[in-house]
Amino acid sequence: MRAPISDLPILLEDASVHVRGVTILERISLALAPGAPTVLIGPNGAGKTTLLRLAMGLLRPSSGRVSWGGRTDAPPTQRAIVFQRPVMLRRSAAGNLRYALAAAGVERAKRAARTEELLALVGLGWLGERPARKLSGGEQQRLALARALAKEPQVLFLDEPTASLDPAATKAVEDVIHAVTARGIKVVMSTHDLGEAKRVAGEIVLLHRGHVIETADCATFFSNPGTAEARRFTAGELLV
Amino acid sequence: MPDDVSALQLVLTGDPALFAIVRLSLLVSLSAVVFAALVGLPFGAWVALTRFPGREIVIVILNALMGLPPVVVGLAVYLLLSRAGPLGSWGLLFTPQAMVVAQTILIVPIIAALARQTIEDLWVEYRDELAAMDVGPAGRVATLIWDARFSLVTALLAGFGRAAAEVGAVIIVGGNIDGFTRTMTTAIALETSKGDLPLAIGLGMVLIAIVVVVNAAAWGMRHAGERLAG
Repeated sequence: MRAPISDLPILLEDASVHVRGVTILERISLALAPGAPTVLIGPNGAGKTTLLRLAMGLLRPSSGRVSWGGRTDAPPTQRAIVFQRPVMLRRSAAGNLRYALAAAGVERAKRAARTEELLALVGLGWLGERPARKLSGGEQQRLALARALAKEPQVLFLDEPTASLDPAATKAVEDVIHAVTARGIKVVMSTHDLGEAKRVAGEIVLLHRGHVIETADCATFFSNPGTAEARRFTAGELLV
Repeated sequence: MPDDVSALQLVLTGDPALFAIVRLSLLVSLSAVVFAALVGLPFGAWVALTRFPGREIVIVILNALMGLPPVVVGLAVYLLLSRAGPLGSWGLLFTPQAMVVAQTILIVPIIAALARQTIEDLWVEYRDELAAMDVGPAGRVATLIWDARFSLVTALLAGFGRAAAEVGAVIIVGGNIDGFTRTMTTAIALETSKGDLPLAIGLGMVLIAIVVVVNAAAWGMRHAGERLAG
C-alpha cells in the first residue's frame, strides 16, 4: 500500500481572513513543520481560533494561500481538530469513537479494539457505555481528543483544550498531548495559559489583533522575547 | 340506563360495530403517517440542510401549513378525485384510500416542519464536528436523522394525533359510509346528530384514550432518548 502523502508542512502564505468587513487575520505567514507542539498564544480576539480553523482547512482564506504538504486542496483526512467546546454526538462515549472510526474508514472488524485502545489512551476505559453528553467537562474534552485521534492524524489542532478545566483534568489532557506528540503527531494548540505553553510548547506563536507578532522556540520566547508585545505578554501585562 | 354507562358497556364488551370503526380509523391514520413520513422527513431534512433562494419563504409556508384547515384539504382532494376532477378516473372518491390521501396531505407539513426544525437545530450543533471528521453529505443526513430519531418520532406522533382527531377532511372525501368509510370522528358527529349518544360517547372515550396513549408515548420516547443518548 502506498503511504499517504504528508500534510506537513502546513504553509500559510500572506493569508488573511475578513468576515463581513472585519479583519480577523491579516497577512499571516507561518510554517507548521513536523516536531514538537506549536502553541498559539495571545489575548481574546487575537485570531487564534480562526488561525487553527484556517490551518485545519475548515475556512478558506479571503486572500493569500494555505497549503498542506504543497497541496492547496487536501481534504482533512490526516488532520483532526478538537474545538474549545467539543460537541458530543448523541451516543455513548464508545459510540462516539465508533462513529469517528467509521468516518475515518476503519474496517468494522477493527473498530471495537481501536475503541478500547482510544478509551484507554485518554483514561476513559471504564466509561465507554455512558452517554457522552452525561460525562463531565474534562471527560468530554478527553473523549473529544480520543475521537480526533480515531483517524490517526498527522496533525492535531487543539483549541484551548484545557480552558475551564481544573488542574487534575488539565494534567490529564496535557498527558494525552505529550503521549500523542511522542507518537509523532504534530500538535498545534492555542492557550491563554502561559504556564501550559511552557509545559507543552516546542514553538510559540504570539498573535495580537490578527497579526503574528513573534514566532520563536519556547525557551527563547520566554527567556529572551524579541518584541515589546512579547515582553509585555510574558511579564503578565495585558495586551489590549 | 344513562348514556355514559351504556357507552362504557360498548367499549368494555368489545362491541363489533364500535371496534370496526376504531380499526378503520387507525388503519387510515397510521397509513397516512407512513406516507407523510416518507415525504415529510426527507423534505424537512432537505430544507434544513440546503441553502437556496426563497428558503425562508418555504419555511414560513411550511410552518403556516401546519395549521391547514382539514375541510379545505378535504375540499381540495374532493375536487381532485371527483368524477369531473383531474384524478376522477382513479375512482377513489368515498373510499378509505381517499381518506388516506387527504390525511397525508394534512400532516405532511406538520412532519416536515417539525423535522426541519429538529434537524436544523442539531445541524447547528454538529456542523463543525462532522466537517472536521470529513463526513460526506449522505453521511451527514443519516447521522442527523439517527441522532434526532427520538425527536422525529415525536413529530410522527404529532402527525398521527392530528390525523386521528380530524373530521373535516375524511367526512368530505370518505362520505361517512357505514361499514366502509366511517371513522371515529365522523361517527361521533353523525351519532350525536342522530341522538345515539352511547355510541358517540364510547367512540369519544376510545379516541381520547388513543390521544392520551400517543402523548404518553411521545413523552416516554423523549425521556428514553435523553436517558440513553444524552
